[in-house]
Amino acid sequence: MAFAAFSGGPAKTHKPMKSGRVALFLLLPGLLYLGLFFLTPLFSLIITSLQVPDPSGEIGRYQYGFAIENYWIVIESYWPHILRSFGYALLATVFALIISYPLAYFIGVKARRWPLLQGLLLTLVIAPFFISFLLRTLAWKQIFSNESWIVTSLQSIGALAQDQYLVGTPFMVIFGLTYAFIPFMTLPLYTTLERLDIRYLEAGADLYATPATTFRKITLPLSMPGIISGTLLTFIPIAGDYVNASRDFLGSTDTAMIGNVVETNYLQINDYPAASALSVLLMLAILVIVTFYVKRSGTDDLL
Amino acid sequence: MATEFVARGADLELIGIRKEFPGFVAIDDLDLKIPAGEFFALLGPSGCGKTTTLRLVAGLEEPTAGRILIGGKDVTDTKPHERPVNTVFQSYALFPHMSVLENVAFGLKQRKIQDPMVKAQASLDLVELGHLAQRRPQQLSGGQQQRVALARALVNRPSLLLLDEPLGALDLKLRRQMQIELKAIQMEVGLTFLHVTHDQEEAMDMADTVAVMNKGHIEQMGSPEKLYDRPKTVFVSKFLGQSNLFVGEVVESNPESISINVAGNKLTVPKNRAELHVGMIALGVRPEKAMFHEEEPDQDSGKNLIGPGEIIDIRFTGVSNQYLIEIPNVGNVTVFAQNIGKSPVTELGAKVWVSWKVEHSFGLSDLPLANQTESITVI
Repeated sequence: MAFAAFSGGPAKTHKPMKSGRVALFLLLPGLLYLGLFFLTPLFSLIITSLQVPDPSGEIGRYQYGFAIENYWIVIESYWPHILRSFGYALLATVFALIISYPLAYFIGVKARRWPLLQGLLLTLVIAPFFISFLLRTLAWKQIFSNESWIVTSLQSIGALAQDQYLVGTPFMVIFGLTYAFIPFMTLPLYTTLERLDIRYLEAGADLYATPATTFRKITLPLSMPGIISGTLLTFIPIAGDYVNASRDFLGSTDTAMIGNVVETNYLQINDYPAASALSVLLMLAILVIVTFYVKRSGTDDLL
Repeated sequence: MATEFVARGADLELIGIRKEFPGFVAIDDLDLKIPAGEFFALLGPSGCGKTTTLRLVAGLEEPTAGRILIGGKDVTDTKPHERPVNTVFQSYALFPHMSVLENVAFGLKQRKIQDPMVKAQASLDLVELGHLAQRRPQQLSGGQQQRVALARALVNRPSLLLLDEPLGALDLKLRRQMQIELKAIQMEVGLTFLHVTHDQEEAMDMADTVAVMNKGHIEQMGSPEKLYDRPKTVFVSKFLGQSNLFVGEVVESNPESISINVAGNKLTVPKNRAELHVGMIALGVRPEKAMFHEEEPDQDSGKNLIGPGEIIDIRFTGVSNQYLIEIPNVGNVTVFAQNIGKSPVTELGAKVWVSWKVEHSFGLSDLPLANQTESITVI
């Protein structure tokens, strides 16, 4: 099953085979791919991020240089966007986890006795992928648009002021992000919960643990690999997302995330070094956060 | 609530238990009473409902009908965590994300018992695994895991300890050793043990009382000696040890005994060892109680005699030889003869007579199925 791809973590490595040459040969396409489509752009990105403006002063023309100050400049100008990105990503990840966990638990544990239902529910989880991500986001914009019945009824009951709307608010962006990434949270959670041995839960109950304690002390720790991979699969892309927060979709200038800033700098202002520096910063920040997170969660024990 | 820290076992009573699963009845009208402090074995083939019975007692399944009483208290409607019961699971179910010590301390912590770690360590010492307290369960061998599971249950001093084939995954030597240890621990702590197993030797070896279960009900219950000496049904006679069974019409009856006619042979059983006294009945004898003779012995009213027949198979099992003797119109009879220096006959095809003492016969309450009328030994 394709879902296995989301499972817990890498398999334990065994002793290297003596047929190292065959292994190298088999790895070649992958290494070539990585070199061509990951290292080359990364290298070019770093070079671009250090470029200096062309002396001609023409917009969008830059020379090779070593302008490390580019980084300080973008941090200074865009630190609110950087913070906002990670704040939104954190919130959306937490919401996706809260929504996905019971869903994955139901499909993976409660529905075990009915494989057909299990398959159907999994299909439903993936079903949104059959429609373009952009179309779905636009549909949400439509549903929550200023004249929609949702907004007008919220206004009529006083939950929203007469001049208050939903589209363009942080709420709407976080809502969109949460919605878009729920399947990426649900599937890895499902794969770990599907393998959860019910007998551990019975043993917990047998040893005087209430259902709540059994969940906290047994189910939750045992599903940690799924939680880790699920949160990584949502947090990382959300932090770099630029669709939901964009003015054309659910956001406004007040909700712009790093992705939107990169887009503006690159496509509109043509400030390539700034856009590149921001991209590199985003990458580094995610790398640091993820490393820290994985280290702290200590999932090694569970594999 | 199971908050009190009981040090003595409690009795268990099952009243009219019925358990239905979609499509079949696992347990049908089961009544059972286990006195406090007893080692009780529930013995039966897989699918007989013994594990379901245990899960009902633990609270992991709900009975369709009937009541469960532990120490006189009705616990039928309580959740597993509220019952003063602990289980040693067949798969051990040790929590893989906790150390051995944390596993053992888990129940104590849930009940907020003081010094859980100290008590857990003491419990591990009892099963001689104190030095492995910091390991993870998956780093231990099967036998060690089994002992951890036992320590994890015992440390809580439950009124009732449930053992779900806990020795099933161990090899023979380790199983023997664990059987002895388990029995010793039970005598030491004085808890009530309910042990579910399909291993008849294990049940007879360890239990004070054995209940033989078949198709969702208890066929017979009693001390191992009594069950073995005097099985009351075909199932028990074959599941617990081996038996030679003969079916015939009762042709003679006097105040002490009855006799049946099996293809012209008269077989007698004392009345107090027979369930039925008239009509078609099944009569049995254990293979080691029977012996064979190369020459027709004299008629002896104290003995049953059948034959002649032919030895069709001889199997050497170490302590004894097993002879399979085919008797025309009767069927095959198994005889165990101890290897004490003078095996009477060792060659195939010999013509022999089989005899046994009348008081070693037993009369059953039911008849073997039609295709089993020839005496069959189940090994």
